[in-house]
Amino acid sequence: MALDKIGIAKRIAQEVQDGTYINLGIGIPTLVSNFIADDINVVLQSENGLLGIGPFPDEEDIDADLINAGKQTVTTMNGSSLFSSAQSFEMIRGGHVDLTILGAMEVSENGDIANWKIPDKMVKGMGGAMDLVASADNIIVAMQHCSRSGASKLLKECTLPITGLKCVKKVVTDMAVLDILPEGGFKLLERAPGISVEEIQNATEGKLIIEGDIPEMAIN
Amino acid sequence: MINKVVSSADEAVKDIPDGSVLMLGGFGLCGIPENSISALLRKGVKELTCISNNAGVDDFGIGLMLQTRQVKKMISSYVGENAEFERQLLSGELEVDLIPQGTLAERIRAGGAGIPAFFTPAGYGTEVAEGKEVREFDGKMYLMESWLKADFAIVKAWKGDTSGNLIFKGTARNFNPMMAAAGKVTIAEVEELVEPGELDPNTIHTPGIYVQRIFQGDNYEKRIEQRTTRIS
Repeated sequence: MALDKIGIAKRIAQEVQDGTYINLGIGIPTLVSNFIADDINVVLQSENGLLGIGPFPDEEDIDADLINAGKQTVTTMNGSSLFSSAQSFEMIRGGHVDLTILGAMEVSENGDIANWKIPDKMVKGMGGAMDLVASADNIIVAMQHCSRSGASKLLKECTLPITGLKCVKKVVTDMAVLDILPEGGFKLLERAPGISVEEIQNATEGKLIIEGDIPEMAIN
Repeated sequence: MINKVVSSADEAVKDIPDGSVLMLGGFGLCGIPENSISALLRKGVKELTCISNNAGVDDFGIGLMLQTRQVKKMISSYVGENAEFERQLLSGELEVDLIPQGTLAERIRAGGAGIPAFFTPAGYGTEVAEGKEVREFDGKMYLMESWLKADFAIVKAWKGDTSGNLIFKGTARNFNPMMAAAGKVTIAEVEELVEPGELDPNTIHTPGIYVQRIFQGDNYEKRIEQRTTRIS
C-alpha cells in the first residue's frame, strides 16, 4: 500500500542526523519533526527568524508574535534564538543550515525542482524556497509520486516553472525512496510496503535506476 | 536626544503622497503596522507601490488596501493567503513582482546599508533570473540583485523610545529592522513608547538614527493566521 502523509514524514525522519540544523517546509515536511527519534538532537530553523522551534503552544500560551514560516503559532525552547529575516537567509545562503526538507510539484532526474507556480492558475509566490534550494547542501523532497490524474511527477525534465536547478538529493514519495545521482537518474533505494518495483517503474517518467533487490521501507 | 514623537498614526502618514513607494514590515500578519495601515485607509492615498513580504489576508493588513484599490504594485515573496490579491493579479489589475524571500530581505538590507547590488544563488536558472547579470564564483552561478529603498518605511516594534530606538518581540522582528533602515522617512509604531534611558542600550535592535517618526499605537488586534496548539 502506498504511504500516507504520515508515512512519508516517518520515513524522512529516519534521514535526520544528530547534531544538525534543519529547515522544514510547509506541509509534510513540518510533520517530520513529530517522528525524529528521541536520541537525535536537531535544531529546527524557521526562515522568518527563529532557530530552535519548540512544540505548538498550549492554548493559554499562544503568542501572536511567535509564529513559524507557515504562520502557525509555535513556542521557543531552551536554547532558541530570534533574529531578522535578513539574518535568517544569511544563515541559509551561507550554508549553515545542514538539511532542507520541502515539498514539490515536480522533480526531474537531474535534481531540478518545481514547486512555486502553475502558470495562469496558481501564483502564490516562491517564498523562501528558491533561496533554500539554491543554498542547502542536502535537500530532501517529500511528495506524491503521481498527480491525482495518475501522471508521474518524477520526470525527465520539469514542465512547470523551475524553483532551482540540480539541487535535490533525495526524494521520498508515497511509493518509494530514491536518490538523485550526480550524473542524473532516480536510483531506487526502497519500496513502500506492498508496492512493486514494476509499479514504481510505471509511475516514474524520468530515468529509473534499479540495481539488485529493492527492499521495503521499514516504518514503525 | 532628538524627539521624534508624532501624535498619532494619522499625523505620521499625513504627508505620504499618491504614487509613493512604501515598505511595510511584517511576516504574514505577524509584526505588521496595524495602526498605520488603518491611517493609510482613512487617508485614501493611492497608486502606491508596497514592498512587503506578504499582502495580508482579504480582510486584514495590506489586504484591506487592496480591497480599496489603493495599491498599484506589490513587491512580495509570498501572497498565498489572499484571494483578492490573486484575483487582481490574474486579471492584470495589480502589478506584482514576486521575489525570493531571502533576496527580498537582502535587497532591503542593501538599500539601508548603501550596497547598490550583490550576487545571490537564489533564482539562478529560473524565471527570476530573466534579464539579470549572471556570474560564476568558485564554480557556482549567481544572479546580480539590486538594492531596494522606499520613500516611506512603516514598521512595527514592541517597545521604542522617543528618540526612535526600537526593540522587537519574537518573530515579529522579521523584515522590520531592514525596512527601518531603507526608508527615506521611517515611521515606527510601537506598543509601548518610553523615555530615553528606559531601554537598555544593549538590547536595542534598531538604533534611533533610522527612525524619523514614532508613536504609540493602540488596539492591536494581532490576528493569528494559523492558530495551532499542542492538542491539534
